[in-house]
Amino acid sequence: MSASAPTVGPPRRTFNTVRRNTVDRIGDPALRILAALASVVAVATILLLAYKVFQGSSQSFDKYGFGFVTSKVWNPNPVAEDYGAASFIYGTVISSFFAILLAAPLSIAIALYLTELAPRRIRRPVRTLVELLAAIPSVIIGLWGIIVLAPALENHIEPFLHSVLGWIPLFGGTPSPFGLLPAIVVLTIMATPIISAVTREVFETVPGDLKEAAYAMGATRWEMVRMVVLPYARSGIVGATILGLARALGEAIAVTQVIGSAVSIKASLFQPADTLASRVASQFQGAGTPLETSSLFYLSAILLVIALIVNVAARLIVRRGTPAGVMN
Amino acid sequence: MSATSDTPTPGPGLLGASTRRKRVNRLMEVLATAATGLAVAVLALVVGTVVVKGVSAINLDFLTDTPAPFGLPGGGIANSIVGTFMLVLVASVIAVPIGILIGIHASEFARPRVSYAVRFALDILAGVPTIITGIFIFGLLVVGHQQSGYDGSIALAIVMLPIVARSAQEVLGLVPNSLREAAQALGIARWRMVARIVVPSAASGLITGAVLGVARVAGETAPLLFTSSIVSNSVSWNPAQALASIPVTIFTLSESNSPQDHTRAWGAALVLIVAVLILSVSARSLHERSRRKLRG
Repeated sequence: MSASAPTVGPPRRTFNTVRRNTVDRIGDPALRILAALASVVAVATILLLAYKVFQGSSQSFDKYGFGFVTSKVWNPNPVAEDYGAASFIYGTVISSFFAILLAAPLSIAIALYLTELAPRRIRRPVRTLVELLAAIPSVIIGLWGIIVLAPALENHIEPFLHSVLGWIPLFGGTPSPFGLLPAIVVLTIMATPIISAVTREVFETVPGDLKEAAYAMGATRWEMVRMVVLPYARSGIVGATILGLARALGEAIAVTQVIGSAVSIKASLFQPADTLASRVASQFQGAGTPLETSSLFYLSAILLVIALIVNVAARLIVRRGTPAGVMN
Repeated sequence: MSATSDTPTPGPGLLGASTRRKRVNRLMEVLATAATGLAVAVLALVVGTVVVKGVSAINLDFLTDTPAPFGLPGGGIANSIVGTFMLVLVASVIAVPIGILIGIHASEFARPRVSYAVRFALDILAGVPTIITGIFIFGLLVVGHQQSGYDGSIALAIVMLPIVARSAQEVLGLVPNSLREAAQALGIARWRMVARIVVPSAASGLITGAVLGVARVAGETAPLLFTSSIVSNSVSWNPAQALASIPVTIFTLSESNSPQDHTRAWGAALVLIVAVLILSVSARSLHERSRRKLRG
């Protein structure tokens, strides 16, 4: 009806437009500034974090310098305190190295199964199950490690390894409930879903016509994988493995629960040891002197540098070696 | 000799090679299947153990009671459940808006080099071991003060931020430019376009990122160990005090020697694993849906 016409007439629209213009004049730059600020927060956080960790370690650094890295002692007794990182660096390197040695082939095999072998119907559910392994909180894997895994290793696996391979120093020594071996198994469990997820994504980018060309020449499935998939995905596999390594190097909680917190460098995988992250997790709260606190910061700084190098390397390798879309 | 040469078969070398190739192929297929079976078996073993051992610890009292005084039987984890809820809530209130704004910055405003730099910083942040995040917040906020729930939440927010922000960058980048162009052709201001068109069309993807972040930090122990771990046994909803949390409680109980504490740890682990798995699975199904919608 004509009665409704005046309500949508020109005067009110003009009013709205004016108000809208003022709001927009504030709204546009406001959003831009807020968005830019948020990005600044992300960059500032990582810089501040690095600064704080290095600042915290300054007292220990002033006292020990880089000699800290090669010193094996860790004595928190206030009258004779003396600190060094060597045994924890050793524990970190050994536990992560063996974990990746187990996790990498396992993960590549899983990724191959999921991309080349599994019946189409079960691909998605199996993939989900493998990836859910990454969702289990580390403290729960550690709890399982203490109560289920460690006794099983001590009573069955370690005696077996010792009797068969005892002549290798790694498997020498007596079985024990806490030590490097359970830490290695726990880290393997945590690294595998990461490595296999990234590797699978890289495998999925291998062009179908390359695979078909290999099949057309009479290759078996494995020969196709060896000649086409693995070479094509090589740098992606390396990057994925290093990402898994980064995960293993930095894990504190689950390792603390099973490794036995011992300051020692022993060849045997059965013996208690400690890692950088795990030492910080177990000792920081109870640190008695400023020098001990600062030395724990120093351990964190070493771990931070290792973690950053490893992460950046992994991402550069994965990104360079694969078409856009994976790992973006 | 002559009996075998009667039948025309390929040379022995060729035949041998081809069966050997098939055997190697078969072996590799079996190994790949076994590896996958092993991973699924480990998942089943860990989850199965938590469920079997946890069920015997859980009853209504376990969920609604506070911990029993030292050495006494019974008691529950109500303070940890409430604490984890509050810690994760406050962390989300911090990390989700900042993360989404970072995504908006990358998709709407930033030049490619700037957004590459921000992405790089986020990747580095995601690679920082969480125990270092904990020690960082201790050095920044806790030292010289009491621990507080806010400190713990900020540490959790730092762990959560890269997850939320990277997924926001990804889904907002998937919003088709034709939508933006259509909006601008109508003369809509940019911030209205972002608020009314870009963000809503990526909503399910943004929610996925937030849920993934929540699932991740709900199970984190290390960032809370030095920031919100010295707690009382009573239920507290106030983040200005240090708050108990399920992961830290499991960690403490797991270090104990008493079987009773281990039983409690399994009970708490069951509560946590159920929550985390529900969150992860729902994030996963949301993720599929949002991808399908945006990619068309």
